[in-house]
Amino acid sequence: MIEEQTIITVMPETLVAETRKMKEQGYRLVQICVTRLGEELQLDYTFDLNRKFVNFRFMQPKIGARVPSVSGIYWCAFTYENEISDLFGVQVDGNALDFKGNFYKTAMKHPFIQDAAPAPAAAPAKGGQ
Amino acid sequence: MAFFQMKKMILAWTFRTPVTTKYPFEPRKICPGSRGRLDIKISDCIFCTLCAKRCPTQALNVDRTNKKWHIDRLRCISCNCCVEVCPKKCLHLTGDHGIPTVTKDWETF
Amino acid sequence: MGTRTIIPFGPQHPVLPEPIHIDLVVEDEKVVEAVPSIGFIHRGLERLVEKKDYIEYVYVAERICGICSFIHGQTYCQGVEEIMKIEVPTRAKYLRTIWGELSRIHSHLLWLGLMADAFGFESLFMHSWRVREQVLDLIEATTGGRVIFGSCKVGGTRRDIPAEQMSWLLAQLETVEKEMQLIVDVFMNDNSVKHRLCGVGVISKEDAISLGAVGPTLRGSGVADDMRLLKYAAFGNLDFQPISKTDGDSYSRCAVRCAELFQSVDLIRQAAAKMPEGEIAVKVTGNPDGEFFSRVEQPRGEVVYYIKGNGTKNLTRFRARTPTFANVPPLVKMLAGCELADVPVLVLTIDPCISCTER
Repeated sequence: MIEEQTIITVMPETLVAETRKMKEQGYRLVQICVTRLGEELQLDYTFDLNRKFVNFRFMQPKIGARVPSVSGIYWCAFTYENEISDLFGVQVDGNALDFKGNFYKTAMKHPFIQDAAPAPAAAPAKGGQ
Repeated sequence: MAFFQMKKMILAWTFRTPVTTKYPFEPRKICPGSRGRLDIKISDCIFCTLCAKRCPTQALNVDRTNKKWHIDRLRCISCNCCVEVCPKKCLHLTGDHGIPTVTKDWETF
Repeated sequence: MGTRTIIPFGPQHPVLPEPIHIDLVVEDEKVVEAVPSIGFIHRGLERLVEKKDYIEYVYVAERICGICSFIHGQTYCQGVEEIMKIEVPTRAKYLRTIWGELSRIHSHLLWLGLMADAFGFESLFMHSWRVREQVLDLIEATTGGRVIFGSCKVGGTRRDIPAEQMSWLLAQLETVEKEMQLIVDVFMNDNSVKHRLCGVGVISKEDAISLGAVGPTLRGSGVADDMRLLKYAAFGNLDFQPISKTDGDSYSRCAVRCAELFQSVDLIRQAAAKMPEGEIAVKVTGNPDGEFFSRVEQPRGEVVYYIKGNGTKNLTRFRARTPTFANVPPLVKMLAGCELADVPVLVLTIDPCISCTER
């Protein structure tokens, strides 16, 4: 085991208050990560203080996910929040620096919640005979 | 305060030969153990297709019926994976990296 | 108050061959505000795990970045091993440490060269890269690749360094270290270099923490935080203390990297002395089922991988938060209030690797 990882389940409503507590204790925001699990999205907010790992987790529906922004507390969260709104279509309310869907220039909207395209039927071009 | 701290180094290198070589007129020195071009000893190959199955980039194609072994040099990433799985040890990576090419062809052995 | 003008920086800029775009709002020669935008080359590698099986994905993970390639592969392997509860042989852990530190030396030398180039010191740039070339030769001789090492796999390493090659490597490192000393001396003491770096782009300790800075950007501001203290690989058995400087300006970020060059050489020596004999890999069976946040210190800072498996050969989710992504907000903060001429230098002090960021 490399390190102990604490994962705490929070409610989206209490996220901002809990995050403020972390900031007051001197934690650093490590990352915000979204994982698609079937029809649901799992959101992870990771914090670190002197290599003590704490993670907040909650679930949201795949379509119409909505979270409050923590960029008022950790200004640096704006990059992660723009990322999750561009790739996963999560609506972030009150982002300090909102790119309005232009943070990543992707060919399709919200690529990470689309179902995977079917694998190409034919293998790559076969060798010359 | 130190001005022009580099003078010693620059003076020393004025009298040394350059470390660069006159590539391509002078070929690059091949480093032993370098992973370069994939080479096959086709006489030992038993066409088991293991290499083609394990290739992460699908650069290999083995034709069992016609006893032919094909490689797409531009897809190959010289990862050494096929060399490790080959039961007859007929594959190996040479130190040189091949010559540039303008067409995307499959090479056949 | 003068008139405000917006000057675009990038995505193509001579100082940085990578696509980052920054809108600089300038008032006369002073930058008032900077708005970054990335995302020109988003590759979607995170979703490729759905197509590639978890053993093959090591090759993709290594290709996320061209400079810290080995450490990307190592982070991925450590994460998967943690989920699958694989105990990696001790020799493999030492080998990973040695290659990781070699790649740190070559990355920092690359950065020193680029930095010299950014403030217009061409001969220093040439000499930094000349020394880096020797390190690349060491890497090629031991792993077979100069940029993509390809020597890390789930369950251990794919190559061993035999004893005679190890003593050759250590002897070569001795000469490299001497050469590095000459170069670092110029960076640390030359007046013209100091003139460009001292007091430029100051980030206080509190700002560095609240802005989520990682790596040398964080340590340059006086926070001695380094993921190697997690004692992954062989770092638990080596004598290691993170280097930090307190000024928080470009010069102290440069000083941290310079000092880390010699620290890495020292770590390689320690690891070579303590490396036990034995196996270098264990056989891996089964599929990963579980989740883990894998954290490793790269030359640019802490990298975080989130790996989640569901018991099949394809992972459910792979997420990489690269150090440059975390260092963008500190960069924006640094740029506000700086001189326009210092912008290229400041962009470089966070050691940006945009391709890494746009996995």
